[in-house]
Amino acid sequence: MQTGQDSLEKTVCETTVEIKNADGLHMRPAMQFVDIAGQFECDISVSNNEIIVDGKSIMQMSMLAASCGTKLKIKAEGPDAQEALNALRELVEDKHFDEPTPKEKNNKLF
Amino acid sequence: MKFVDFVCFGAVVPQLKTTDRDGAIAELVTSLDKARKLGRGNREKIIQAVIKREKEASTGIGKGVAVPHAKHPAVKNMVAAVGLNSSGIDFSALDKQPVYSVILLVSPVDEPDKHLQAMETIFKHLQNEKFRKFLRQCQTSEQIEDLLREADENPSL
Repeated sequence: MQTGQDSLEKTVCETTVEIKNADGLHMRPAMQFVDIAGQFECDISVSNNEIIVDGKSIMQMSMLAASCGTKLKIKAEGPDAQEALNALRELVEDKHFDEPTPKEKNNKLF
Repeated sequence: MKFVDFVCFGAVVPQLKTTDRDGAIAELVTSLDKARKLGRGNREKIIQAVIKREKEASTGIGKGVAVPHAKHPAVKNMVAAVGLNSSGIDFSALDKQPVYSVILLVSPVDEPDKHLQAMETIFKHLQNEKFRKFLRQCQTSEQIEDLLREADENPSL
C-alpha cells in the first residue's frame, strides 16, 4: 500500500510474516532482524496480537516471544519502506533465520 | 510467565567476584549447580555452552544488562540465576558500556516456547528503566528476590 506521489507524504507499507524456524524468534534471530531493519531509513514496527514494538530495538523485539507458526505484522514507514519489508520477509520466511524448520529439526534428530 | 516460575532464588549473587564475562558466567552457573538445579556433573559443560553462545553474539544488549543463555540437553528444567557487579563487567555489549546486571538462563533443548516466554518476561522488565535501576542497586540476595517478586506482581513497578 503506497500513498500518493507527494514527496511530503510518507510511504507506508505493511505485511504479515509467519515464523518458520522451530525455535521461534529467540534472541539470535531477533538480532538478525534488528540488524537488517537498521539498514533502512524507514521506521519499522512489528506487532503480534498483543503488543507493537520497534523493529530496530533488540530488547523490544525479544519481547514478542514469537514461537514457530506465529504471525507477525510488520509496518514500515519511510522512503525505503517497501525494500525493508522485502528484506525482512526474506529473512523470516525464506531463510527462516538460517535455522531449521520443525521438519528439518526432526530429520536431524532421527 | 513470571520471574518466580524460572528464577532460582538460591542462585542470586548480589556482588559477583569477577568483572570478566567468562568469570561471571562461570560464577552464575556454579551457583545454579550449588542450588542443585543442573544435575550432577554438568556444570562445566553448561559453562562452556553459555560461553560458546556468547561468543557468537554478545547478549549484552545495552543499558548495563546482559542475558547470557544456552539450551543444553543436560538441563531438565529451565532455570535462571541473577548476578550483579557494581564495578561493571566487560560483556562486549552492543553499546560498548559495562554490564552491571546479568540474568543467566539455561533451558532444555526441547522446550523452545518456554525459553521464548522466559525471555519475554526478562526483556519486558529490563526495558523498564526503573526496574533496571532498582536491580542494579540491590545489595543483598533478599533485595533481589523481593524486587523480582514485586515486579511479578506489579509489572510497571
